Parts: sequence; C-alpha cells; structure tokens
Amino acid sequence: MLRGTPFHTRTAPLNQTQSWRRWAGCLAAGSYELSPEREYWAVRNSAALFDISPLYKYLITGPDAARLLNRVVTRDVGRCAVGQVLYTPWCDAAGKVLDDGTLARLDEQTYRLTAADPNLRWLSQNAAGLQVTITDISASTAALALQGPFSREILAQIAPPEVRQLKYFRLIQTTVGGVPAAVSRTGYTGDLGYEIWTEAGHAERLWDALLAAGRPYGLAPAGILALDIARVEAGLLLLEVDYQSARHALIEAQKSSPYELGLGWAVALDKGGFVGRAALQAEQARGPAWQFVGLAVEWDNLERLYAAEGLPPQLPAVTQRTSVPVAALGQQVGYATSLVWSPLLKQFIALAHLESARAQPDSLVMLEVTVQHHRRYTPARVVKLPFFDPERKRQ
Amino acid sequence: MPTPYDALIIGGGHNGLVAAAYLARAGKKVLVLERRPVLGGAAVTEELYPGFKYTVFSYVVSLLRPEIIRDLELARHGLTILPLPSTFTPLPNGDYLAAWDDHDATRREIHRHSPHDAEAYDDYGRQMFRMAMAVKPILSMVPPDPTSLSPNDLFGLLKLGGHAAGLTQADFYNLAKLMTMSAADLLDEWFECAPLKGTKSASGIIGTFLGPRSPGTAYVLLHHYMGEIDGAFRAWGFAKGGTGGISQAIASAARALGVEIRTEAPVAQVIVKNGRAAGVALANGDEIYARYVLSSLDPQRTFLKLVDPAQLPGDFVDAIRRFKIRGSSGKVNLALDALPNFTAQPLPASGDSPLHRGAVSISPSVDYIERAYDQAKYGHFARRPYIDCIFPSVIDPAMAPPGKHVMSCFVQYAPYELEGGWNDAQREAFGDAVVDTLAEYAPNLKQIILHRQVLTPVDIEQTTGLTQGNIFQGDLALHQLFFLRPVAQWAQYRTPLANFWQCGSGTHPGGGIMGASGRLAALELLKAWR
Ligand SMILES: Cc1cc2nc3c(=O)[nH]c(=O)nc-3n(C[C@H](O)[C@H](O)[C@H](O)COP(=O)(O)OP(=O)(O)OC[C@H]3O[C@@H](n4cnc5c(N)ncnc54)[C@H](O)[C@@H]3O)c2cc1C
Repeated sequence: MLRGTPFHTRTAPLNQTQSWRRWAGCLAAGSYELSPEREYWAVRNSAALFDISPLYKYLITGPDAARLLNRVVTRDVGRCAVGQVLYTPWCDAAGKVLDDGTLARLDEQTYRLTAADPNLRWLSQNAAGLQVTITDISASTAALALQGPFSREILAQIAPPEVRQLKYFRLIQTTVGGVPAAVSRTGYTGDLGYEIWTEAGHAERLWDALLAAGRPYGLAPAGILALDIARVEAGLLLLEVDYQSARHALIEAQKSSPYELGLGWAVALDKGGFVGRAALQAEQARGPAWQFVGLAVEWDNLERLYAAEGLPPQLPAVTQRTSVPVAALGQQVGYATSLVWSPLLKQFIALAHLESARAQPDSLVMLEVTVQHHRRYTPARVVKLPFFDPERKRQ
Repeated sequence: MPTPYDALIIGGGHNGLVAAAYLARAGKKVLVLERRPVLGGAAVTEELYPGFKYTVFSYVVSLLRPEIIRDLELARHGLTILPLPSTFTPLPNGDYLAAWDDHDATRREIHRHSPHDAEAYDDYGRQMFRMAMAVKPILSMVPPDPTSLSPNDLFGLLKLGGHAAGLTQADFYNLAKLMTMSAADLLDEWFECAPLKGTKSASGIIGTFLGPRSPGTAYVLLHHYMGEIDGAFRAWGFAKGGTGGISQAIASAARALGVEIRTEAPVAQVIVKNGRAAGVALANGDEIYARYVLSSLDPQRTFLKLVDPAQLPGDFVDAIRRFKIRGSSGKVNLALDALPNFTAQPLPASGDSPLHRGAVSISPSVDYIERAYDQAKYGHFARRPYIDCIFPSVIDPAMAPPGKHVMSCFVQYAPYELEGGWNDAQREAFGDAVVDTLAEYAPNLKQIILHRQVLTPVDIEQTTGLTQGNIFQGDLALHQLFFLRPVAQWAQYRTPLANFWQCGSGTHPGGGIMGASGRLAALELLKAWR
C-alpha cells in the first residue's frame, strides 16, 4: 500500500536489490546497485541523480505569504528575493525546532516550502487572519536532485544556457529536457548540485532526459544510502535521526533549539515577532546548553584498539543512525547520532551533540566504540561542520 | 475451629480467577465458586451452534495487565493474544474510512478525507499517548485515600505525582479538559471529518449510558486509549479462542497453583458470625467456611443481594444503591456461511480481505451515534445503532468450521429499561435492527446467516449476573473511578464488613478485561492478612 513516487516506473526497473526504504510514506530506493559505493562516488566524482519527491512541499501564495512565513520560520523572509532560496528551521513557541527545510521564493507573492514532516496544519494554524493560501503540493510536484561535480555540465546539455549562471541558493523557472521546471542550486550533499522541480505528469520525461544527457558524464541514479553518507560529510541534519521534532518529543530532553543544532546563524532575532522568538532571545542571551558538532575519530588509537584483537578497524560503510555515548574525563558529555566511515576523507566521522562546555573545536572527547563485542572508548576530535566543503559547491 | 479454606471467592469471572491465583501463589488455600457451568463471567466462549464458537460477551482485549501475564505465566497456560490490525468504518455513501496498522497507510487514508485531519491525527495521537502515560500507572496501583495521612497512602500519591511529573503545564490543562469534556467536544477541537470523529467518539461511550455529546465521555476515551500504549497501534487484540480463552488460561494457571474451582455453585448468602464474614451459603444450602470471603460480583449484587443489609452501615448501603450501573449495550453473535461482503470494499476473488482481519465500526458520524443514544434515552433500542464488529474466525480459524465464519457484533444502545419491557418479540426486533443496519453496508449478510444469538441487557444480566447488564460492573464515570470506586472510603477492596473483600471490576481500576481489580485486591488482602 506504500506509494511509488512519480518516477517509480523509471526507478523500479533500475533497482537491482528490489529493496525499498520508506521516506514520508513513499517508496525510496536504498541503493540501486547491490552496494551504495558507486552511487556515493558518483556524488563526489561525477554526478548522481536522486529522487527526492517524497519531501513534503507546500505552496504558499497571497499578499500575506511573506508575513505568514516570517511568523513561522526563524530566518528573515523579508530578505529573500524572488529567485532566492533559504534554508531554515522553524520552532514551537518554546523555541524548540519542529522541522527544517528550504524556502524558495517563486515570485512576488509565492513561496515553496519543503519539509521532512507534514506541516499543513501548523502553517494553517499560524495563518489565522492572513490573506494567504496554503496548498499541499507534495504529491503533485516531482523533484530530482542532480548532485556532483558534473551536474552543471549535464544540466546545460538539456536546459537553456542561463542555468550555467545560476548561483548557489538561487532558483530559476526554465525548461529541462523540454519540460517546464524550476531549477534551484541546492542539495543535501554539500557538493555542486541542483534540485529540479516539475509537475508530476512530467516526471518520466524529465528523468529520461537527465539520464540520457548524464550517461557520457558517468551519471548514476543513487539511493538514500549514498545520500546519507554525503550529507554527514556535509554536516547536514536529518530529522528524527540527528534531532527530534518538538512535535514528536515525549519529554523535554528530546527537544532541541536551533542554537543547540548549530543553526543559530539561521535565527533572525531582529526581524520582528515569530513563533518561539521570546524563548530564543532568552536562550541566546544565556547561551545554549548543547552544541551540534562534528567528531573526527583519531585514527591511531582506533587502529590500536582493533589491533589488540588482531583485527583491522571495522567501520560502518553506511551511516549508523543509533545514538552512541560520548564521554570526557569519565563522564558522559554528549552523544553521536550519525556515524560513518567517510570514503573521501578516509576518516571515521560523526555528527554529535555535546554539552557546550565540551564543544570547543579541536578539543578531544571519547567516543564509545564496540570492538569485537567489547565496549571501548576512543578519542575523537571536535570539528567545526561541515567536514567536507568543496569550492565547486558555491563557485 | 480451623476452617478448611483461607479464602473463598464468589464468582469465577476473570477477576475472581486472577484474585484466586494470586492468593494461591502466596500459599493460601483458595476455593472459587462459580454459578454457571462455564468459567469466565463476561469473558466466555461458547459453542451454541455446532462447530461455531461465539465469544459471547466481551470480544477484544487490550487492557489485560502485562504483569498478570508474566506473574501467572499465562502464555504457558495457553494465552495467545493476536493482533487486530485495523478499524474499517463503512459509510452510507458507499465510501469508507479505515485505520490500518501502518502509520503511512492510515495517514494517506485520512488524507483522502481531510488533509487537515491527517496531520491532526498524529498530533492527537501523541497528545493522548502523553495523557495515557501519565494516567496509566494508576491502573496498577491501589487508589490512595486522599484524606488519610498514612505513610502508605502518601507514597501512593507520590507515585502518581512522579508519573505525572513529565507533564508540561499544557499537558495538565489538557488532562483537566479530558476529565470534564464530552468526547464530541474534544474531537471537535481536533478534527473535521465526520466518520473519523464518529469512530473515535465511539470509544468514549462504550459501556456507558451516555452519548458522545455527554460531558465525561472524553475520559472514557482515554480509558480505552491506555491499552494502545505498549504496542502503539495494534494493542487491541483478539485472544485465541475468544475471550473465553483468557479465562481458561487464568483458570489453568490458578489450578496449577492449587486453587480449587467449583462450577454450578451459586452463592446465596454471605454467612456473618460475630460481625465478620465467615463463609458462604450456597443456593443448595451447603455452607462453606473460610478465613476471608471475596466477591467478584458487581457492587450492587455483592452488597444488596448477598449480604444482609443489617450487617452494613446504612449510609454505605445507600451509597451502593446510588452507584450508577446502567445497562446500555447488547450483543449479537452470528454464525455465517461466508464472509459479509461490504459494498465499500468488496471481497477480492482470493477471499483474502484485510478489512475482515480487523474491526468494522458502524459509526459514520457523532450525530449518528448521538441519535442512537437519543432513542435509548427515551426507552427504545436504537433502530440504527452503533455497532462494533469483528470476525473471530478470520483471526483464529478454529472458531468456525473451515470456510465458515463467526461474527461478533457489540451494539449500543439498548436500554435495560425498555419501554414495555424486554420480551422475546422485542429481542428479535432488536436483533433485526442490528442485522438490517449491517445489511445496508454488506447486502449479502442476511443470506449467509446460519444462526444468531441476540443478547439484550436483560439477557446479559441473567446470564452473567452483571446488574442491568452493565458491561463494566458500574459506569466508568469520574465520580465512580479511582478512590471513588465503587464508593468513597471503600475503594481499597475492603468493605465495612470485616473479612469481606471485593475484587471485581466494580472496584478500581474498573471494567474491561484487565484483571487489575483481582490482582490488586489479592495483593492488598495479603498485606492485611491476619
Ligand atoms: C456484552 C459485553 C461486551 C464486552 N466487551 C468487552 C471487550 O470487548 N473488551 C473488554 O476488555 N471488556 C469487555 N466487556 C467488559 C468485560 O467483559 C468485563 O468488565 C469483565 O469481564 C468483568 O470481569 P469480572 O471478573 O470483574 O466480572 P464478571 O465477568 O461479571 O464475573 C462475575 C462472575 O460471577 C458469577 N456469579 C454471579 N453471581 C454469582 C453467585 N451468586 N454465585 C457465584 N457466582 C456468581 C458470574 O457468573 C460471573 O462468572 C464486555 C462486557 C459485556 C457484557
């Protein structure tokens, strides 16, 4: 009873494992090939094509569209020009993050918001008294992410030349493969890349055109396992993995503020009233209790721990999403939520929550690792995110 | 004179059996006296038509305390609770609303009716979950006496406070609302879709003589939500063999612990000697003595029928007389030649239909149920009632011959006090109303009925002994719950008559197949044992 995305007729025959993951109630390929390795390398070396249609998407239109969004999200929507895209979290009244996504301004009075969770009700509740229409376009909009060093070249084969000029976090309405589409220079890999948005009815043509144009460039359809490695390298959060929505949390300790998630830069306290502002102002004044950081495991010690068992290090080849304790001086000071071996950086890396006092970049903490069924602690260095930030991403 | 038994238990319903097992587990010599030939009370399975087993009264289970399953090793004694994965509400316009055992599938289904409600549904679920988490510990504790200052009671209150500590201020406000509102008003705050509100509101009225718009029904809704907490969605289950399977498992565990059980042994009176309960007299005149006597019958039957009122304080007898125990439910059990075919989702050629594995609820809107209530309020059974159906033979094939089926239909409202009184003709008319209602959604129903059993509140009373046929041994109204159940000051399983205890669902935490009353009563008695 799970639904395929508008690309399902194309992705299903390519899915060699015939194993599907769930993403927002849709079928999403884990990896198309038996191992996600080639798909990951396509992101960093050639180009990868991800079906990101399961994202929740809302169209917000009307004279008060900007007012509504400014009331809901933490960034200053007033500063978002037509053709610009903002990444932003949004919070409940206590300043705890409900969700995060991108907000694209399509024209004077039209915005598109993407989200990991359903948000129609939240948006509608905050729209009382405003002249604004909110439409759930999740099912009617198909979306692909074309990511990797060759993504610009591939796109330029089948789209007007202006796409070459498209800047980081900008968007244009254009055609791709003869299909009307919006193209934004955004993505979830931290690499050069684009997201392409079109009506569901055009999905198959768009897919075919991109795959044909990409073949000479080594374009690979890629699943969410590869995406999950790339996004950790890029230091990008995942809802319900790296943090819990305040809406889902059963206890206060499960909630996080934007400051605690390293998203303080996305909170515009000076823009006027918005949901959670008072709480966030107070938190900013006193300083957040937690920081969201990168951890890079010190290799030598890790290798020694394994060597003592006669083993080479055994590290997760796909992102491990179970919480792992982090300690300092024998006391727990945080927890890592996403851990993976970075094939590019040749490092065992993790996204982690640390008590603020322990979160200075370059300091050492101890990460719990299980070595041959035994619990061990191994030093890891606190790293400012992202782990990987190539120039081509913005160039 | 040494008595042969440490404890006598009046009534072999599931609570009586649980109490017996816990006492025996503590080394006591226990005798259970059951009036009927079958054990289980309102939790019995009977073969009334050859080859077809009816789960006669109760039919689903969710509240049965897990600690009882563990303590009495009920799995070893045959207890198997199978999932009941869905609720399907067919609608008069030929459509339906379904809640499946998958979050995404349910979300999508509700989205089809109302995108708003699809999201509200999740938020509502989380809210009820939080409320249930705060209130649920109460199910496993003896209600403290709020006026006493005894250290034990204080500890009880602290325990309650402890579990409530995780609640935010907003949660407390919501809890206060739940305690006072009607189910309909509460649901109106969340949803717009009529069948969704209708179906949800139904759990607020089950076993009450109240409509979904009556204040207090929001709490009943929560009471039913508590079972959903451990296993999230599918915590409502069907016991293999029907709810009689639960009673059989408990009886088997009790026997293994040394409990003696006598069926067809109706108790006529509690024998009082020197102001203390000393034993019972059976209807056949036999007298049996024991150190303690426990009654698992409802409070009115216990105190107004079995005990000489002269042995009890007048104000207590008065309070018991005022205890609200109104019958409002009926039951129709059907033996079927095939599965009913619902127009809203016709049976596939394979015959494998997901909707039949779960419940089918006739609850198209709050108005529909409220209208059914209106008829009962004025002394009539509802012509178009709320009906909750399951198909036990689909879940447990042993319930009917291969390819044949049984269907269990719980019905509201049927007032105990019917205008003109219940008789055979009225019973059949009631049965017809139920079948006619169902046939509007499943037109083949009438052709496939091989046998039917219709139970009015009077039938329920006469068979099980439940006063007025009230399914919970007393309304689940706030003024009759927790430290007020059954009446103030006597909520800790004791009674004003020394050595006489109560252990049925007329005591805290109340009705439904929980076993909690029996267990808590036994544990409390063991503490007080002299
Ligand atoms: C139609 C109906 C449907 C229900 N549906 C559900 C459901 O789906 N799920 C759920 O959880 N709950 C349901 N319930 C409620 C649940 O079945 C009861 O709350 C529960 O079974 C009560 O158990 P008990 O042991 O406290 O009392 P009872 O089951 O009432 O047990 C009392 C026992 O005492 C016996 N007795 C009576 N008088 C005497 C006497 N003088 N001497 C000796 N023995 C005597 C009776 O025969 C009976 O066996 C339903 C009830 C009914 C009536």
